[in-house]
Amino acid sequence: MRVAELVTAIVLALLSVYLMWKSGEGPSWDPTIARFDNIGFDETGAPGSGFWPFWLSLVMFFSSIWVMVNWWKRTSPPSQSDQPYMDGYSWKMMLLVGGGLFAFLGLIEWLGFYAGIFLFLVYYLRFLGRHTWRRTLLIAVLTPVFCFFFFDVAMRIVLPKGITEPLFLPLYDIFL
Amino acid sequence: MEVIPSLVDGIFQALMPINLGLCVVGVVVGLFVGAMPGLGSVNGVAILLPFTFVIQDLTGSATSPMIFLAAIYYGAMYGGAISSITLGIPGASTAVATTFDGRPLALQGKAELALVTAAIASFIGATVANVFFTAFAPPLASVALKFGNPEIFALMLLAFSTFIGLGGDDIPKTIISIALGLVLATVGFDIITGEPRLQFGDPLDLFPATADWIDTTGFSHGIRFLVLAIGVYGIGEMIWTINSTRGEVTMTEANVNFRSVMSAIKKFPQAWKGTTIGSFLGFFVGILPAAGATPGSLMSYGVTKMVSKDKDSYGKGNVNGVAAPEAANNSASTGAMLPMMTLGIPGSPTTAVLLAGMVIWGLQPGPLLFSEQPDFVWPLIGSFYVSNLVAVLVNLAFIPIFLWMLRMPFTILAPMIFVLSVIGTYAAYQNMFDVWLMLIFGIGAYLLRILDYPLAPAVLAIVLGPIAEPTMRQSLLLSDGSFAIFFNRPIAGPITVIAIILLFLPLAKVIWDKTRGKTSVA
Repeated sequence: MRVAELVTAIVLALLSVYLMWKSGEGPSWDPTIARFDNIGFDETGAPGSGFWPFWLSLVMFFSSIWVMVNWWKRTSPPSQSDQPYMDGYSWKMMLLVGGGLFAFLGLIEWLGFYAGIFLFLVYYLRFLGRHTWRRTLLIAVLTPVFCFFFFDVAMRIVLPKGITEPLFLPLYDIFL
Repeated sequence: MEVIPSLVDGIFQALMPINLGLCVVGVVVGLFVGAMPGLGSVNGVAILLPFTFVIQDLTGSATSPMIFLAAIYYGAMYGGAISSITLGIPGASTAVATTFDGRPLALQGKAELALVTAAIASFIGATVANVFFTAFAPPLASVALKFGNPEIFALMLLAFSTFIGLGGDDIPKTIISIALGLVLATVGFDIITGEPRLQFGDPLDLFPATADWIDTTGFSHGIRFLVLAIGVYGIGEMIWTINSTRGEVTMTEANVNFRSVMSAIKKFPQAWKGTTIGSFLGFFVGILPAAGATPGSLMSYGVTKMVSKDKDSYGKGNVNGVAAPEAANNSASTGAMLPMMTLGIPGSPTTAVLLAGMVIWGLQPGPLLFSEQPDFVWPLIGSFYVSNLVAVLVNLAFIPIFLWMLRMPFTILAPMIFVLSVIGTYAAYQNMFDVWLMLIFGIGAYLLRILDYPLAPAVLAIVLGPIAEPTMRQSLLLSDGSFAIFFNRPIAGPITVIAIILLFLPLAKVIWDKTRGKTSVA
């Protein structure tokens, strides 16, 4: 936990430096405007476009330093903790659930929403939840079917179907 | 405008079949999300907000979707108690204090007494708050009509300093959360100068191979509030709950039937003290910008215990210890609606989501709402009364069903929430970029939460950022760049000063503790 507290504070400090640098960027259509010209007041007294994000990022930078100081002085609970940031269970869970979610979105891009939901639910219910095949298939089939009628048919929000699009053409003919 | 006729008219509007139906469905959904550990009102409202477009399409008004979401909010305040009492795990953070005495009562075999006390106290708390709301909202809105940019910015500052001064979380981490939320809100285009800002396209241009499969043009739309809210409250919160409830939880059976409910109702007068304190204190804590129902219920519990003659019985199953936080969380949730509806400043994370919803449905939140949109405001206020009655009846009648639902394995609930979060984010903007961003925010939120970074301030900041920044810049434009404008106006001045005091409150406390520590040593 101690290492993670420090690493996170450093990452956030670096992020705020990047955000400050990025806030100072002038508009691309006018290369004559120098970087950081927009973070103060212009001649009319109005703050520029980078004013708000720049100074807030600076506040964030100093707060990250403050977190590091607390880490050094061991005054915040995570900086005193001997507990691991993530134990074996957390890592496994992160890999299976977090990884599963990334794979789910990847499947949506490739096979579309409905096939993606089916496969994700089969993976989660059967392999992570250890539910029976009967229950797994019941939920994994009914959920996308319900979603199809709710979104595509009732709300007319057409969810992307990826390469499975041709399979839906007959359904469109019937319901839309 | 007369308050009573408007209210009566609003109640009749709320009783129209479509609105009444939405109240009932909203309350049931709210009771469910409130009761489920890991889900609270804010999760329910954030995940379901994208689905309210269909309600707006059907009814053609913004009132019905708002009634639906407000009913979820209230229902969740009732629902939280169910799992606090029977599982010993708060169903939502707003019901943490309910576990202190609710769980011991359940272990003594008096679960139904605790459940009924919680329901009635919730009803009384909400009713008191509804009356206060009806009385205070119109005059506050008419005062707020005089507010200009400096006043609105001062109120925003007050909201953020409340988080820092009274939030109780690590201070630098709270500031990081607020600043990050505010900076993320600026991504896209600057609405004043029209210049593009913080559009993170270029770091990836360094890797031309990524150009085809990572579409960073999505940043030109800005980072939408719902993307962050669903990431934090849908994905992040679920992963957190999966990780923290890894063991099996034991559920205490509650034998709820007509007779046990009647006998518990007869015993309710014992809980009058907690109910009264919770109803009043909850409302006023709820009004504070950014405070909300969780601190309201914890404070009410503390005060009820403090003024009790029998302090030792608290934590061992005193009904007042159940009534106080339950009356308070309902009362505070209505209190939190007050600044949201009259000033356009949310009093809690859930009302921040409701505020964002109002913008999406095409309303302009703020003091003008009362004078320009009475057709929206009064039916909504009427629905507070209707939802509250529906919630107590549904709660008491269907406690056994909710207990049965609590047995639903988390391995079914979690993937359903994931699917809902993904579809909801897509349906709102029809853009896969936002869905990826939502997932990344969700994972990031989980990683930060392990280290005690509070996330509610970031969610509030991304809602308030687009109001706070222009009001500040336009104020400075008025004053030729002088910050004195926030101090020398009759309304903005005192608010700014209070905000600054709150900001330095934690520092003062540290100094106070140190000097006191020194004297006690001496």
